[in-house]
Amino acid sequence: MALHISEFCIACDACRQVCPNDAIAEDRPWYLIDADKCTECSGDHPEAQCASICPVEGAICDELGVPLNPPGSLTGIPPELLPRLAATGGGSVTTGGGA
Amino acid sequence: MDLPVIPIPPAAAAGGGCSSKGCGTGGDHLAGLPDAIRRKIQDHPCYSEDAHHYFARMHVAVAPACNIQCNYCNRKFDCSNESRPGVVSELLSPDQAVRKVLAVAAEIPQMTVLGIAGPGDPLANPERTFATFRMLSGKAPDIKLCVSTNGLRLPEFADEIAQHNIDHVTITINCVDPDVGARIYPWVYWNHRRLRGRDAAAVLIENQQKGLEMLIERGILVKVNSVMIPGINDRHLQEVSKVVKAKGAFLHNVMPLIAEAEHGTYFGVMGQASPTAEELQALQDECAGDMAMMRHCRQCRADAVGLLGEDRGAEFAMDKVDVMDIDYAAAMEKRARVREDLLGKLDAARGAKQAVRAAHEDAQAETAGLRPVLMAVATSGGGLVNQHFGHAREFLVYEASPEGVRFIGHRKTDLYCSGDETCGDGESVLDRTIAALAGCEAVLCSRIGFEPWGALEAAGVAPNGEHAMETIDEAVLAVYREMAAAGKLAIPAPLQKRA
Repeated sequence: MALHISEFCIACDACRQVCPNDAIAEDRPWYLIDADKCTECSGDHPEAQCASICPVEGAICDELGVPLNPPGSLTGIPPELLPRLAATGGGSVTTGGGA
Repeated sequence: MDLPVIPIPPAAAAGGGCSSKGCGTGGDHLAGLPDAIRRKIQDHPCYSEDAHHYFARMHVAVAPACNIQCNYCNRKFDCSNESRPGVVSELLSPDQAVRKVLAVAAEIPQMTVLGIAGPGDPLANPERTFATFRMLSGKAPDIKLCVSTNGLRLPEFADEIAQHNIDHVTITINCVDPDVGARIYPWVYWNHRRLRGRDAAAVLIENQQKGLEMLIERGILVKVNSVMIPGINDRHLQEVSKVVKAKGAFLHNVMPLIAEAEHGTYFGVMGQASPTAEELQALQDECAGDMAMMRHCRQCRADAVGLLGEDRGAEFAMDKVDVMDIDYAAAMEKRARVREDLLGKLDAARGAKQAVRAAHEDAQAETAGLRPVLMAVATSGGGLVNQHFGHAREFLVYEASPEGVRFIGHRKTDLYCSGDETCGDGESVLDRTIAALAGCEAVLCSRIGFEPWGALEAAGVAPNGEHAMETIDEAVLAVYREMAAAGKLAIPAPLQKRA
């Protein structure tokens, strides 16, 4: 029984600091959970701590690869608006002046 | 970096003092503060409007984790052209941060302040944050240390902050009402749980307020930042101002929401409006009745380096820092000399300001009863009109009136993106600049080209290059009197064409 971290991880270090089992380590290109140490916090906390502080939807997954924080669950942004963002990418910052 | 030499009229430099009748008219946003606080912040660019023309600051990005989510923040995004809080290019370990700070402080001797502001929350990364402060207070004791936090863990760390020679803390407080907070914070990590909605906001607010009180009890200066979010907390921020002032915060900084869909934030994607410059100013003026307001904040990145409004971070990337050969002791001595020199100049400039204002009061008959005018100024520091129009990436806006001159805020020409022309939506830089100057009737600069001159005039903003190298106050008031003499102020402001 162990959680794992997907490529959506932004390496913010929040999960490592709150893991009761010291199961999470900084790694490239993203953080890594040691499956031998991870207990999914059972016995320590009612909720998996990494999944409770992770700011990115889809980054913490269970053994089946199902995200504990699915799209839209953390930011409240409707999932149908998310792919459009991914498509516009980084470089195209427009200027708005006052709205 | 060379700072311009400021010519000081001898008579003006000798003036000043609170007996002079220029004292207290408009201008000085810190006028009401006790002397002890004024002394503490006189060379702090983020706290003192005057100091920010002379002294530099830097942030080191050692704190990646955060324990709350704000609807205006998206931690996933880092465009290197972008400049806004929560965004960095290079995360540093505490050791790297200390090397970088010492390198910057050697190269930019007017640097007085080191802040840790993120890119997450410094107190959600206590080991990294305090390790950095501990090393720095040993190696560069002359540098002021600041920390900026969402306040969630302040009660836990107030004592440790007090121990580390950190005498300035900024808390971002957007509300004191959990119902308002529920629309700003989707979740807060607290006591091993992800809280949501009103409960989350209530915990955050309680800790912020308790933390504020604890810092004040320990003699630490506290500034409060608030993000103005139209329709959500704009009407509520006056209440916030009252509450934090009553508890002892010395300065309130109301900043405009940055919300662009491209940033991928909740507010950006959902089309939440940002305030216009005019709306921001109106709210700052309303809050100013309650406490000292700060209007020169540039909402810089968590890894910004240099004078406010500039970012020299790229010159000090770690690979460059690692090959620099620095004599730290000599650098600290140089900083002490530069600081002394700049404080002298700043003092003289303040004296000159008083004299200019007093002279304006003496000449009040020329402008009595006339309407106020907003003017934009291009400056590269030193409190002077000394920048070419085309080089200005931001303009400082001042209001001239029969009462005198006061600083209103800044307008960015490139907003939050400093990319080149390929990184935009085709609007020309000049169009954007003119749009940014909405409401200003004149723009003062050292020089200006032929093309922008015509475009500005057509848009109803009078370009003016005749006061180059004068102090800003002097130049703004001179132009105001010129407008008065020309009969332009007896009538309402002309309708401007928006670019």
